[in-house]
Amino acid sequence: MDNSRLDGNAMAGLLEEIFPFEATTVSALCAGCGSMDVLGKEIVYADAPGMVMRCAHCENVLIRVVHGGGRYWLDMRGVICLQIPAG
Amino acid sequence: MAGAALLGRLTWQVGEVMETRAENPRTRTLVVDLPHWPGHRAGQHVDIRLTAEDGYQATRSYSIASSPEDQHVAVTVERLDEGEVSPYLVDDVLPGDRLEFRGPIGGYFVWDVSRGGPLFLVAGGSGIVPLMAMIRHRMAQRSEVPVTLLYSVRSLEDVIYGAERDRLASAGITVVNTFTRTAPEGWTGFGRRIDRDLLVKVAPPSNVLPLVYVCGPTPFVETVSGLLVALGHDPGRIYTERFGATGR
Repeated sequence: MDNSRLDGNAMAGLLEEIFPFEATTVSALCAGCGSMDVLGKEIVYADAPGMVMRCAHCENVLIRVVHGGGRYWLDMRGVICLQIPAG
Repeated sequence: MAGAALLGRLTWQVGEVMETRAENPRTRTLVVDLPHWPGHRAGQHVDIRLTAEDGYQATRSYSIASSPEDQHVAVTVERLDEGEVSPYLVDDVLPGDRLEFRGPIGGYFVWDVSRGGPLFLVAGGSGIVPLMAMIRHRMAQRSEVPVTLLYSVRSLEDVIYGAERDRLASAGITVVNTFTRTAPEGWTGFGRRIDRDLLVKVAPPSNVLPLVYVCGPTPFVETVSGLLVALGHDPGRIYTERFGATGR
């Protein structure tokens, strides 16, 4: 098994630098397979440039974040919809 | 489940190390005074940032070991030999040193007494840290939620929080160790990696609908959670956290 595979918990701090909410309890609708799960359960690879979150069901890339040079690049092409608990 | 409250941006704050405690030869607990800490839930983590003299910064995320009720925030850090941050935290930091922190972070891998149980906590190595925060929270709240802690560790020397074992037993918490490399002399308990048969013997049966938290290295977490699902546990009640270096 792949030791570099982490989960959404590992991306929580980075996502909270961008979004004004706690991200691991937010659900994402995957553009690859249509499944919906909380980001805390998704798969994360942190050894790429930046961090890559993949769907735990179909491995479609959900979210990519690269941080550097005083800015963030946020690629969310794999997410159709985020469901954010209203606090 | 508590919602994702609108927290605003995470901000760095300076904390002073009050106390350090060796847990095993590679692992140390730092107790930190954070005057502006907003409080946390058991299972959350905190980021620690080190800045070198030339301005180079390294940030790592560590599980919080203390319960929300404790006066100070404690983190337990295991030294990764090629690490940029953990060798300093484990070997060099002294009481009185000041470090940068931000948090709490995360909201998925958390447990509060209001979530109930029974709880089945499965730890691989230093994966015990956030699970111990949950146990300490339960004890601080005098909750009677049944708890079974299954702790997989290489040898007796690798055990973390061993000194608390008796306190856990007197609080009605069942602790089961399995030693994966070297069992202590005279040990009659489990001496192997967690497998199906071991889980059948130790885990609360699936029909009592335990809440399961599994934390450890990636292969450990994926093996254990897969076996539990195969034994009929509801995947929606299995919370996982994979350990790994997540530095940026």
